[in-house]
Amino acid sequence: MDPVTLSCAELSTREINAALAALPDGASARVLEPRGRHNLAVGLANRVTIDIDGNAGYFTGGLGTGPDIVVHGFVGWSVGENLMDGSVRVKGNASECAGASSHGGTIIIEGDASSRAGISLKGGTILVAGDVGHMSGFMAQAGLMLIGGDAGHALGDSLYEAVIYVAGKIASLGSDARTEELTEADVRVVKELAKIGGFDHIEPENVTRVASAKELYNFDALKDQKY
Amino acid sequence: MCGIVGLHLKNPDLQPRLGELMTLMLEAMTTRGPDSAGIAIYADSLEFPEPDLRYSLRAEADVDWDVLGKTIAADTGSEVRVRRLAADSAVLESPAREAMFLAAVKRAGADVTVAGWGRAMVLVKDVGAPADICARYGIPSWGGYQGSGHTRMATESAVTTKHSHPFAPAADLALVHNGSFSNYATVRGRLARAGIQFDTDNDSEVAARLIAARMAEGSGLDDALRTVLREMDGFFTLLVTTRTQFAVVRDSFACKPAVIAETADYVAMASEYQALARLPGVADAVVFEPMPEEIHLWTR
Repeated sequence: MDPVTLSCAELSTREINAALAALPDGASARVLEPRGRHNLAVGLANRVTIDIDGNAGYFTGGLGTGPDIVVHGFVGWSVGENLMDGSVRVKGNASECAGASSHGGTIIIEGDASSRAGISLKGGTILVAGDVGHMSGFMAQAGLMLIGGDAGHALGDSLYEAVIYVAGKIASLGSDARTEELTEADVRVVKELAKIGGFDHIEPENVTRVASAKELYNFDALKDQKY
Repeated sequence: MCGIVGLHLKNPDLQPRLGELMTLMLEAMTTRGPDSAGIAIYADSLEFPEPDLRYSLRAEADVDWDVLGKTIAADTGSEVRVRRLAADSAVLESPAREAMFLAAVKRAGADVTVAGWGRAMVLVKDVGAPADICARYGIPSWGGYQGSGHTRMATESAVTTKHSHPFAPAADLALVHNGSFSNYATVRGRLARAGIQFDTDNDSEVAARLIAARMAEGSGLDDALRTVLREMDGFFTLLVTTRTQFAVVRDSFACKPAVIAETADYVAMASEYQALARLPGVADAVVFEPMPEEIHLWTR
């Protein structure tokens, strides 16, 4: 079956998303001339493949539970926000809050991601080939992040159970984030994540594991007390 | 929420299209700021004699601009040339000394204000949808080498023309702001005690006046922006333009968006990429987000 083509130059965002939602499982679609349009391919529950043919705006592929989406360009804020299942692959860079609150599925950024990537991650997987900006992984509760480049300041601030692997340098760790020894199990996980991402520049045994020190888990009544 | 756009042309061949491109950019940011908009356009004009300045005037009601021009000419003892933009807006050109001209405008009519002035800059702002405002002043046909614009969704102060951006408190200086300053009352108090007067209770005007005050003391635009980073607290993406410079700065959290596209022909800046998507050659531009607390500055 030939892919369905939908042009942002002719259709509203609602019309495009309704047409995508009506596709049967196994179908494919191309979204043309996105020109930074927000909210493309959001809230889809069908098993379809979607190619977005250019630079997309905010919330691309958000709330999805099924489709595999490829953006042939860069994306604005919050790509794959609250993703439940399926995947969003971005061929270029991503702006802030990539994969915010995603519960499942995989978000792959082939370029860099800006600040707050993986904020409040709830079980999804975020793979970034390049760098991430400041406060990435902030309050991430569950899930995995693999950063192929460098991480900005305050990485993993107030982490819960999510784990972040960084191949490059870390500008600074956030509160309650710490680096931990890399186990063989970690190396196997990183190998698998790099394979899913299609990243061949990462040496799985040479990444840094960042996880929660869990000192903020319980209220310390004596903290900062002088007496 | 507000929208910011700016265009700094490197290739003079694009100058006749500045107004058209700025209009496209401003319209694309309507969703971020539907209640009012403003635009500052910088243009060289070879026939414009030194040391004349052009003053962008705005009235609360319709004004006979020729009569007002004559009143100001008599008051300042200098020639005044009048270019009417609309019943409530005009550009007046005069060789009078800046302070004398500004005082004469105040004396001429209580409901006429100077939105901005300078050698190169003309500034219009108004309440309403960005597309209507651009059409009203014929912005698409304006040429120039640099522009900044703003679409406003008011949070900190009233929806009026005076409260809309750009804020232009010194010759050829214009500031547009997305965000909100939290300590602006404190900074305004300090500036007011130093004798600086304010037109509005708006938070963005405080940043504009702070920059103007530093530059009046001899600081460069980059140093003045470092003062903003040091002294002003809050969320901000700022685009600040002078006769020769185009600068973008964001606060340490950088949670107000900004994207820059640079080509051999221009530097373009906007809150969202949508505003840049229809610029010529943008597909080959270097597109990036300005980093927090970094000053990105281009000089003509």
